[in-house]
Amino acid sequence: MHMPLEDTLGLNLLAANTHQAQHNNQQLERWDLLCLNLMSSPGAGKTALLERSLPALASDLRVAVLEGDMTTQLDADRLEAVGIPVVPITTGRACHLDAAMVSGGLRLLQQRLDPAELNLLLVENVGNLVCPAEFDVGEHHKVALLSVTEGDDKPLKYPLMFRNSDVVLITKVDLLPHLPVDLAAIRHNILSINPNATVIEVSAITGEGLDAWHRWVLQALANRSTTAPALAAA
Amino acid sequence: MHEVDMTKCLLISLNEWREQRDDSSVMVETVHLDVGRFTCVEPDQLVTTYNAAVQGSWLDGSKLTITEIPFVGRCLSCNSSYVPVPENAYRSPCCDHPLEEILSGRELRIRSIDYRSDAAAVVESMSIQRHR
Repeated sequence: MHMPLEDTLGLNLLAANTHQAQHNNQQLERWDLLCLNLMSSPGAGKTALLERSLPALASDLRVAVLEGDMTTQLDADRLEAVGIPVVPITTGRACHLDAAMVSGGLRLLQQRLDPAELNLLLVENVGNLVCPAEFDVGEHHKVALLSVTEGDDKPLKYPLMFRNSDVVLITKVDLLPHLPVDLAAIRHNILSINPNATVIEVSAITGEGLDAWHRWVLQALANRSTTAPALAAA
Repeated sequence: MHEVDMTKCLLISLNEWREQRDDSSVMVETVHLDVGRFTCVEPDQLVTTYNAAVQGSWLDGSKLTITEIPFVGRCLSCNSSYVPVPENAYRSPCCDHPLEEILSGRELRIRSIDYRSDAAAVVESMSIQRHR
């Protein structure tokens, strides 16, 4: 006889993605590789930032990029042009990278080079302020970009993205003289939702603020090497 | 669009749940989800996607119900709880403090499953033991 029953699970809906993300993170740890997940709306300047940042960071570090792109290889081609290894992850019509896609990207990366020889892996997520915020891919830090042309209300409209990010880069600040946008309001809104965020203003055109961003990356790497042995001992 | 991926994750969990029971007579009637208001999930879209995804599968005919969990923060200045709203930049209305601590609203949880089974007596006792 079919009896009505109830089973209480209390299981996270995204458990399947979370497990894969943890697996990715363990793999990155074995390679001793810092992974940053870059997220923003389309056109906020993720690729432009990388075009400027990668050559500068590559003078101190060995860097590679996993490039999420919905259907094309355009961004990957732009980044290969600056001499950095890029593994394109074509996501089809998906609006974000998930942990399984990044796992596939890590396998492709391993076929091309020895990841243990790298220091820094940048994951450029699909342009979208909503979905990527909810899907961990195994990264150590989330980095959100918000361009000044998007307006100061965007942190309020897409709060989860800014809440979950460790760093928010306010991009295209070279355009500020031409825009009726309030930089202080952008900062205020970001820090109201996420008082622990590091907010850095940058321009990939003039190079303004890039030093501060690069210092943050180097600091994140330094923090890793000081915390890793403690974690291993514990 | 991400509701499709959320549904995929949900189906993976439900398949694992069924495999663990090792009981082919299991028929799921209702899956209860808790969805916080401070997530990227639109409950109606998730139900629509679920209904489409389970067609023809062992979950065909099952129902997804969603309980929305309110978004509540705690003001670290005066310790009171409040509902953060975009109009106030999610800051506390009492002390104008930024949103530091979230008490609820981030839930994305499969709370429970109502189901029927031939192996009822055995399963029921297992279930009760597990929840004590």
